[in-house]
Amino acid sequence: MQQPGRAAEIKANGIGKSFGSFRALDNLTLDIGRGEFLTLLGPSGSGKTTFLMILAGFVQPSEGRLFSDGVDITNRPAEQRAAGMVFQGYALFPHMSVEQNIAFPLKVRKKSAAEIKSRVGEMIERVGLKGHEKKLPAQLSGGQQQRVALARALVFEPGVLLLDEPFSALDKSLRGQMQAEMKRLHQETGTTFVFVTHDQSEALALSSRVAIFNHGKLLQVGKPDEVYDRPANRFVAEFLGEINMLPVKGVRPADNGATGLCEDRAVNMRCKAEAIKGDAILAIRPEDMSIAPEASANQNGIAATAVASTYLGAATKLDLTTRQGARVTVSVPNEVAAAALSKGNSVWLTWPAEKGFLLPDGGQ
Amino acid sequence: MRGTLSDRTGAALLMAPLLLFLILAYAWPFLGVVKWSFTLPTPGLGQYHALLTDELVQSVFIRTLRIAAIVTVVSVTAAYAITVVWVRGSPVQRVLAEFCILVPFWISVLTRAFGWVALLSNRGLVNTWLQSIGFISEPLTLVRNEFGVIVGMSHFLIPFAVFPLASAMRSLDERVLLAARGLGSSRMRTFWTVFVPMTRSGIIGSALITFVFSLGFFVTPAILGGGRSVMIAELIYLRIFQSPDWGLGAAISVVLVVFVGALMALLFRYVKPKQLV
Repeated sequence: MQQPGRAAEIKANGIGKSFGSFRALDNLTLDIGRGEFLTLLGPSGSGKTTFLMILAGFVQPSEGRLFSDGVDITNRPAEQRAAGMVFQGYALFPHMSVEQNIAFPLKVRKKSAAEIKSRVGEMIERVGLKGHEKKLPAQLSGGQQQRVALARALVFEPGVLLLDEPFSALDKSLRGQMQAEMKRLHQETGTTFVFVTHDQSEALALSSRVAIFNHGKLLQVGKPDEVYDRPANRFVAEFLGEINMLPVKGVRPADNGATGLCEDRAVNMRCKAEAIKGDAILAIRPEDMSIAPEASANQNGIAATAVASTYLGAATKLDLTTRQGARVTVSVPNEVAAAALSKGNSVWLTWPAEKGFLLPDGGQ
Repeated sequence: MRGTLSDRTGAALLMAPLLLFLILAYAWPFLGVVKWSFTLPTPGLGQYHALLTDELVQSVFIRTLRIAAIVTVVSVTAAYAITVVWVRGSPVQRVLAEFCILVPFWISVLTRAFGWVALLSNRGLVNTWLQSIGFISEPLTLVRNEFGVIVGMSHFLIPFAVFPLASAMRSLDERVLLAARGLGSSRMRTFWTVFVPMTRSGIIGSALITFVFSLGFFVTPAILGGGRSVMIAELIYLRIFQSPDWGLGAAISVVLVVFVGALMALLFRYVKPKQLV
């Protein structure tokens, strides 16, 4: 996080943090690539914010080492790391104007007045705050404060930008707008972004990779589609979005995948069964299942009865109960849902073999 | 928070005895003082005219303002340092600071004034110690002058200066300080460019309270000033009790009350009453 204008590459090696008897972060090893947009995702208390604070230098890890561009920075104080940071609630200097806020990191670095002026001007233009230069933070809207915070954190060209739930205070439409803006800033600056959120859709929409945390442990890191389509465990699968879980029995390897018994019918999976044998959980996203009048013997399908529907506009969420009593939710076109409900009797739930994946039975 | 009407009526009833007391014990007698200032010894504005021309009165006014200003700077500065430790120090430091802030409240102002005399007089602790280590040969005049008054008054007023500052420091968003550090600012720089400006309302409140209190000091300057550093309250006392000049004493009182009232109005424009405790 030293050379200005150059994206940093960060390595966390066995980082752990305890607060008294509370284990906030446990043996975290993670490489953050140069210029990547990494999201730390997890529920509150999962350790994601603690890790961000360790990256910023505000929290000292209990064990493990942290490297930036190969240099050990574990003991380097925050003010010397100089990572750009955007806080929850923005943490703008209330007594300084927009201009002064953005100029602060440059003044600290003793840049010349001319350079400060030109870079602050450029940054104000870039985040669309022209005309607001002399205002105080209290005179700005939430979205504008957010832009000041981003501009202040990026103006000194830090190697890494750390963002702690920056959009949590914004309403939904503004959120979408700010997300797009942040993605653009990431592309323009090429800086490494580390972004903390508990909103999985935000994580999937923005990141080049997502790291999912729970109970102080890093559970999985991967590209958004990897973690969404192939979650490593049940927690990740459920946290990233709604998902149906069906018990499968007698799982064994088969031609290009695995096979097993679900509700007494043979089902095929495209994933490998080496790690999982015997009883397991078959997980399928609601949008990957469809409703059919019947299913042929070589097609994945189980019988179910539609019990309720929720109209969502573009589609309908349909709740069904299988013969053995498992609850399943599917997202289907509106007219399909209406037909399934009006029939009042049995329909078939089908899904392509590559869309179902196996998770170990019971465990997280 | 806005209470319901009955809530507010209830609060007004609870406040009523205090208000009544203030009217009977302060406002009413003060109206008498105002009357004196216009009627004694003869009706008219004569005493106020004398106030503007009397050199002694003017020099006391100027001395009072000067001492109050110096005491304010000394007290607020010292209180700021103490409050930083009290609000942001380690648990041990906090307890220690709290002790130092509260103990003076338990000791009477007279006791404290005489304590300073004992410390600062020609054969007091400070002078004997400085002489014994050979730092000075002749005792320094530390008391019965303006210096002694300033020391004694500041000592009395520091705890009062602490509370508005503590309130401002407690309400400060910790993340803003983290942000400053994260942006590369050293602790010193963060303190001067972020922490101090953000506690501005506390500094104003603390300074105005100290200044207003200083203007009306009587016992401390009377003892530590030794008659050589008379302040306005002592002058009023002398006019009323030692020279039969009630009219002038009353006029000085009225000017002082009006001046303090204006300062209080200014104070409440900058800080809310709840920030002062």
